Amino acid sequence: MNKKLIRRRRLKNALFQGVLISIIVFSIIMLLLLLYQVFKVGFSHLSLSFITSMPSRFADRAGIASALAGSIWTISLTILFAIPLGVGTALYLEEYANKQSWWTKILELNISNLAGVPAIVYGMLGLAVFVRFLNFQRSILSGALTLALLILPVIIVSSQEALKSVPSTLKEGSYALGVSKWQTITGVILPFSIPGILTGSILAVSRAMGEAAPLIMIGAAGYIGFMPKSPLDSFTVLPIQIFNWTSRPQAEFQDIAAAGIIVLLVLLLSMNAIAIVLRNKYQNRMD
Amino acid sequence: MKKKIKKREFIIEKSLILFAGISIITTLAIIVTLFGETFQFFKEIPIMDFLTGKTWAPTLVPKSFGVLPLLVGTLMIALFSSIISLPLGLGSAIYLSEYAKKRTRKIIKPILELLAGIPSIVYGFFALTFITPLIRQILPQTQIFNVASASIAVGIMTLPMVASLIEDAMMAVPNSVRNGAYALGSTKMEVALKIIIPSTSSSIASAFVLAISRAIGETMIVAIAAGQSPVLTFNPLESIQTMTGFMVNMSLGEISQGTLEYKTVFAVGTMLFFMTLIMNLVAKGILYRNRERY
Amino acid sequence: MKIIYNNVDFYYGNNHALKSVNLNIEENKITALIGPSGCGKSTFIRTLNRMYEHIPKTKITGEILLDNENILTDAYDLAELRKKVGMVFQKPNPFPKSIYDNVIYGPKKHGLKNKDALDSLVEKSLRKSALWNEVKDKLNKSALELSGGQQQRLCIARCLAVEPEVLLMDEPTSALDPQSTLKIEELFQTLKESYSLVIVTHSMQQAARVSDQTAFFLNGEIIETGTTDDIFTNPKDQRTNDYITGRFS
Ligand SMILES: Nc1ncnc2c1ncn2[C@@H]1O[C@H](COP(=O)(O)OP(=O)(O)OP(=O)(O)O)[C@@H](O)[C@H]1O
Ligand SMILES: [Mg+2]
Repeated sequence: MNKKLIRRRRLKNALFQGVLISIIVFSIIMLLLLLYQVFKVGFSHLSLSFITSMPSRFADRAGIASALAGSIWTISLTILFAIPLGVGTALYLEEYANKQSWWTKILELNISNLAGVPAIVYGMLGLAVFVRFLNFQRSILSGALTLALLILPVIIVSSQEALKSVPSTLKEGSYALGVSKWQTITGVILPFSIPGILTGSILAVSRAMGEAAPLIMIGAAGYIGFMPKSPLDSFTVLPIQIFNWTSRPQAEFQDIAAAGIIVLLVLLLSMNAIAIVLRNKYQNRMD
Repeated sequence: MKKKIKKREFIIEKSLILFAGISIITTLAIIVTLFGETFQFFKEIPIMDFLTGKTWAPTLVPKSFGVLPLLVGTLMIALFSSIISLPLGLGSAIYLSEYAKKRTRKIIKPILELLAGIPSIVYGFFALTFITPLIRQILPQTQIFNVASASIAVGIMTLPMVASLIEDAMMAVPNSVRNGAYALGSTKMEVALKIIIPSTSSSIASAFVLAISRAIGETMIVAIAAGQSPVLTFNPLESIQTMTGFMVNMSLGEISQGTLEYKTVFAVGTMLFFMTLIMNLVAKGILYRNRERY
Repeated sequence: MKIIYNNVDFYYGNNHALKSVNLNIEENKITALIGPSGCGKSTFIRTLNRMYEHIPKTKITGEILLDNENILTDAYDLAELRKKVGMVFQKPNPFPKSIYDNVIYGPKKHGLKNKDALDSLVEKSLRKSALWNEVKDKLNKSALELSGGQQQRLCIARCLAVEPEVLLMDEPTSALDPQSTLKIEELFQTLKESYSLVIVTHSMQQAARVSDQTAFFLNGEIIETGTTDDIFTNPKDQRTNDYITGRFS
């Protein structure tokens, strides 16, 4: 009797485990299917001329040159704005601010709320503030500033985590030598936490690189026939170019959209790979 | 030398405070810009017409500003994507924290991270060119643009976030709690269902709310796969328009500041902002009120 | 007197951790601080280089004179104080940098840039901390590759490199094996020729072996101070007697 019960419980457990494994397998299959679909449709359209050509009304002549250049421009500026601001804020919160004060609590609550604001809302902010109010127009600069604000909370939070991992004994060791706070930050705290900060920042930047919605909101164009030369030029980015092609009814354009996606994914995956390598190095040192 | 260092320290500290202030300014700027235009909008369109109207036609003649079709469209996406992301996210979390060996975890977690790192534009493409044709093979009456396909893609995209939030909470349950139950002969399933899930219930609830909030704010997938037709329907096989879809659609054309179109985008954006803000605060509130302590 | 404590009271929030402490610390002597756990020894050490300033909600009153100057006034420069009063921690805490970079960390941050001066400072400091012979061939190796005892001597060298006058050591050997402990105790004897040492220890034997003066702490108060010989052979207070004979935990 008792044995039967135990067998039933074990069977249930095995069934449950089976369900869980199929859930995981489902996720893996979805990832594979997605990659398969993109490569199946897009791979044959991938070529050097696809990367070096401007977009065109004819799918077989269209390329991503201006979108790729726009993405690189925008992301470089985004990095320039977001990383110093994010790391600086994290340093303030972890090393300077009084954790108990209402000001710090409001700051932290505010940052975690900003992290949950939909990307498209940042686009509206960018439209109202950068494009119109500051009159930067529909430029790379406006786009980069918008994306910088979008990923700022992510960079702040991950940098805070990295800073928290610095052992307090190391900081004390430095302070006890009469070394000032900022010198301790540059001498001990940042060298120790830089891999963690970089990992988080790279992931945040790669998110910005895949964003289309906020840039559509600020009016990045769907078609740009020239290479951007300055931060005040109008621009498009890879995700918007892909969106533009995907939403056309002709199948040829969806094919080159897939080719564009492959380029975007390769860029993102290499950034992610760098982040993962950094993190593993970092974890090994912590163990 | 001493004075110089002191001065530098002072300047650095003050600049860092300024840096931190940017995030506050961002929030204020979001609120001010959204409110300003929305206020203008409601000067022209009565708020009740907006909130209860069943026809959304801001660019047609006659114009009509009933937001319900957009709202229902958005909520349908949120609902149907949750059917995928919540149970599968929870299941993945249980597997990772209770069943998987360390080595398996090391393989599966990056896969989930990858899934989370793929841009939504790519999911949109996948939905339109793969999921939709698949659904239409099974249910031929399905429209090209439809809620179901977009929801599935949104669900897959938010699944990793649900999984990782819940898994973090489950991993934080100390092993002593599990060992007590194992010592009494419990199976892994019993431990997971009777001990781990109840003791992480607030994290689970909070993750669920966050996932729904993410789905509400998701833009590119729905803009590509769910359509641009603001009709009031509850049929997931039909084309709709979400709030975010509308905003993107309007922005693709030139809209100039001061026009009613411009204000309309901001009014919808404000509504979106508040819906997600409230959900995020609720998620945080749940966690805060039932902090799991061991 | 190198250091004089006049009626020093110290608080962590509401916790009154030092109660009107009066103590004289002599130059070129080793002063041992003993007492049961939680009696305020580490707190005392923290007041001498104002390390408590990194802990929120602390308060201090009274006077601490270092070479007849009150270090508790705002006018007393913190960096100057900590250059004069070095500190070695309970657990060795070398920076995750090379041995060389560990030693020059302080001087470099204080503005010393000359390469030759840094090189000779490294050798001098490592010789003084009796580590030179063991590491002279691997100055560019990571400090984390050293043994615990070597790490602790590196931390002492790091401290000596900023040319302090007083050395504070909070249970400097409690994380080390007997062999390393012995080495560091020997080191104390040479160090005291040029420095004033304040050492916290839980080991009565160590206090008796290495120190010249001893102060016995209990619940934030100094119960008794005097020469180490007097304290250990002829304690005046019953509580001191109880402690050194092991009747306290
Ligand atoms: N950072 C701190 N914050 C608040 N209270 C503290 C802190 N450090 C120490 N205390 C309190 O101050 C009192 C003295 O502690 P202290 O660390 O000086 O004792 P100790 O003599 O060094 O003990 P031990 O021998 O265990 O190191 C104790 O009551 C302790 O709880
Ligand atoms: Mg102590």
